[in-house]
Amino acid sequence: MTTTTFAPGPLLATRTPDLAEHVRRTGPLPWQGPGGRLIGLLEQAGLTGRGGAGFPTWRKLAAVAIGVRPVVIGNGAEGEPASAKDRTLLSRSPHLVLDGLQLAAEAVGAADCYLYVSGTLTDHVRRAIAERAGRDRFAVTVVDAPDTFVAGEESAVIARIAGRKPLPTDKTQLVVHSGLRGRPTLVQNVETLAHIAVIAQRGPAAFRRSGTEAEPGSFLATLGGAIAAPGVYEAPHGIRVGNLLALAGGQAAPLSAVLVGGYHGAWLPIADALTTPMSRAGLAPFGATPGAGVVQALPTSYCGLAETARITGYLAGQSARQCGPCANGLPMMAQTLHRLAVGDRDRGLPDQVARLSALVVNRGACHHPDGTVRLVSSAMRVFAAEVDLHLAGRCSAVGGPR
Amino acid sequence: MKLHVDWTACEGRGTCVELLPEVLTEDPWGYPMPRDGSREPSVPPDVEPYARRAVEYCPRLALRLVPSAS
Amino acid sequence: MTNALWYVARGTGVVTLVLLSVVVALGIATRSARPVFGLPRFAVVWVHRSASLLALVFLAIHVITMLLDPFAPLRLLDVLLPFAGPYRSFWLGLGTIAAELLVAVLVTSLLRQRIGVRAWRFVHWAAYLSWPVAVAHGLGTGTDNGTVWLWTITGCCVGLVLACVCWRLSDGFTTRPRVHLTDRTDQLAGVR
Repeated sequence: MTTTTFAPGPLLATRTPDLAEHVRRTGPLPWQGPGGRLIGLLEQAGLTGRGGAGFPTWRKLAAVAIGVRPVVIGNGAEGEPASAKDRTLLSRSPHLVLDGLQLAAEAVGAADCYLYVSGTLTDHVRRAIAERAGRDRFAVTVVDAPDTFVAGEESAVIARIAGRKPLPTDKTQLVVHSGLRGRPTLVQNVETLAHIAVIAQRGPAAFRRSGTEAEPGSFLATLGGAIAAPGVYEAPHGIRVGNLLALAGGQAAPLSAVLVGGYHGAWLPIADALTTPMSRAGLAPFGATPGAGVVQALPTSYCGLAETARITGYLAGQSARQCGPCANGLPMMAQTLHRLAVGDRDRGLPDQVARLSALVVNRGACHHPDGTVRLVSSAMRVFAAEVDLHLAGRCSAVGGPR
Repeated sequence: MKLHVDWTACEGRGTCVELLPEVLTEDPWGYPMPRDGSREPSVPPDVEPYARRAVEYCPRLALRLVPSAS
Repeated sequence: MTNALWYVARGTGVVTLVLLSVVVALGIATRSARPVFGLPRFAVVWVHRSASLLALVFLAIHVITMLLDPFAPLRLLDVLLPFAGPYRSFWLGLGTIAAELLVAVLVTSLLRQRIGVRAWRFVHWAAYLSWPVAVAHGLGTGTDNGTVWLWTITGCCVGLVLACVCWRLSDGFTTRPRVHLTDRTDQLAGVR
C-alpha cells in the first residue's frame, strides 16, 4: 500500500538521547514475560532483519530460544561507508535500541548481551546504558567495532567479541545454533532491535499499518548523491524510489542511475528507478534488494563506470584477504574496471570482468565477493552503453569522469 | 555428500584438485574451483572414497565432507 | 650373535639418519606445493609420509636391538629419559630426544583431523629440530665415528638438507607459477 504523504516513522519521529525523555514518551519497558510471547508478536508483525539480509526476525529468535545459555548481540557496526542509519539511530534514540536488546534477551533467555558499535559511539552508548540501571534486567557489554567493511559481518562480529580479529570465519553451523564460544547466538542489527521495542510497545497491527502486505513496516534509508538534502530518512517498505528521494528534497541534478542496496547492491537505470518500489519484490527484476537501505543518486555529470570502479577498488581494499579467490580476484577486477573507466580501449576488458566475476562468486568464507560481483554485474548491464562509449574513447558524463 | 572448503585455511596448494578432478578444477591462482559452480559441490557416491582421500591429504585440513541433507 | 646385533643396531641407526634426511627433503618439497621429479603433488605427500613411517620402523629396530644387545649399555630407562645413562650419556640423550620428537610427530600426524592444523603444525616444526639432534647423536655415540664412510654419509645427508633449506628460504618459494587468465600479455602476478 503506498501513499504520497508519509507520517514520520516511529524510529526517527522523536529524538530521545536521554532516558527521562524516552520514558516520558514510551513508558516502562514492555516486558513480555516468559513463554515466547514476543516471538509471537514478531511473527504477527512480520518484522525482518534490517541489517541487509532481511531474514524473518521471529524465526531467528525462536531458533536461539531453544538453545542453552544463548547470547544476544546488537550489531551497530555499520561498515558500509554509504550508510549512516545505525549511527544516526544510536545517537538519536539509543534507548529504543537498548529496549529492543532487553526484550530480545528476555525472549531467548539470554545469558550474555553485547552491543557492538563503532569506537566513536562507545562512550555515548555506555552512558545511555549507565542511565538504565533500574530499567534493565540484562547486563550489556559494549564492544567497539573497527570501521572496516567486513567488521559488521555476522561471524566477524562474533570473532571480535570473542577477542579475536574482526574477520569472517568459516561457517560450520548456523550461528543461531553455535556462535559465540559454541553457544546459540542471536545477532540482530540495531535498527531491528529498535523495531522490536516499538512492536512490543504499540503492537504488531501498528507496525503493519505501513509498508506492504508481504514486507510490512518502515525502514531507515540513507539517501546520498545528487539530492537536495542527503541524510537518513524513515520510509515504509514499498515506497517508490522516486518518492523516497523526494523525502530528501528530490534530485539536485539530472540523474543517470540510482544505486540501491549500498556497495553490495545494484544499479538501477533512471528510466526505471523512480517508479520501482523499495521492496524485495520490486527490486528483484534488477538483481537488487533493499539491503540496509542505502540509496545513492548518480548525476549525469558523474560517469557510472568510474563510480563503480571507485567502489570496487574500495571493496577490493576491504577484503579480509583470508581467502584466495577474493584476495586475488577483487583487486584484479578493480584494476580492470579502472582501465575501462579511464578509457583503455582494449575490447577484451568486458570479457575479463565477466570471467573474473565467475571466478570469485560462491568462493570464500563470506559473501564479500558475491556482493561485489552483484554490483559490478549490474554496472556492466546498466552502463552497457557507457562501456561501448568508453571503448570508443568517449564518455557520456557531462564534464567527463571524476 | 558435499565437499565443504574452509576458505580461510585453504592456501591453494592444489593436492585436492589432483585427487578429485571429477569435482574440482583449478582457478588461475591455484585454488580449487567446483566444476558445478556451487559453493559446496556434491560428491557422487562412486567418487566419495577419492573425496575422503582428498580431505585426508589436504595439508591445511581445509576440506570437510558434509551430509547433503539440508 | 651379539656382534650381529651390534652391527644391526649401528647399521639401522645410519639408515634411519639417511631416511630422516630424505624425509626432511620431501617435507620441504611437499610444502612447495609443486610437482617434484615428475611426481604429482599428492604423490610427493604420500612418499614423504611413507618414508617417515619407514624411518620410524628402522628407528624402532635400532632402539630394540640396542636394548637386546648385552654389551650395549642401553637400558629401557634411557629410551624414555635422556641423559640418564652412563656411557657417553650426552650423545645418547640426544638420540632419545630426537626419537621422542619423532614419535610426537607421528602421533600428532595420525590424529591430525582431531587436533586441528595449528596444534599439528606446532609439533611438526619440532621435526625440523629432531634432524640436527639425530645427526649430532650419530656423530657423537657411534664407535665408528672416526671412519670415513660415516662422515661421508653424514656429509651427504647434511648437504641434502642444507640445500633443501636454502630452497625453502628462497624468494618465490611459496608462490607458484600461475596460468594466464586471458590470452593477452597480462600476467597474473603470483600472490602471497
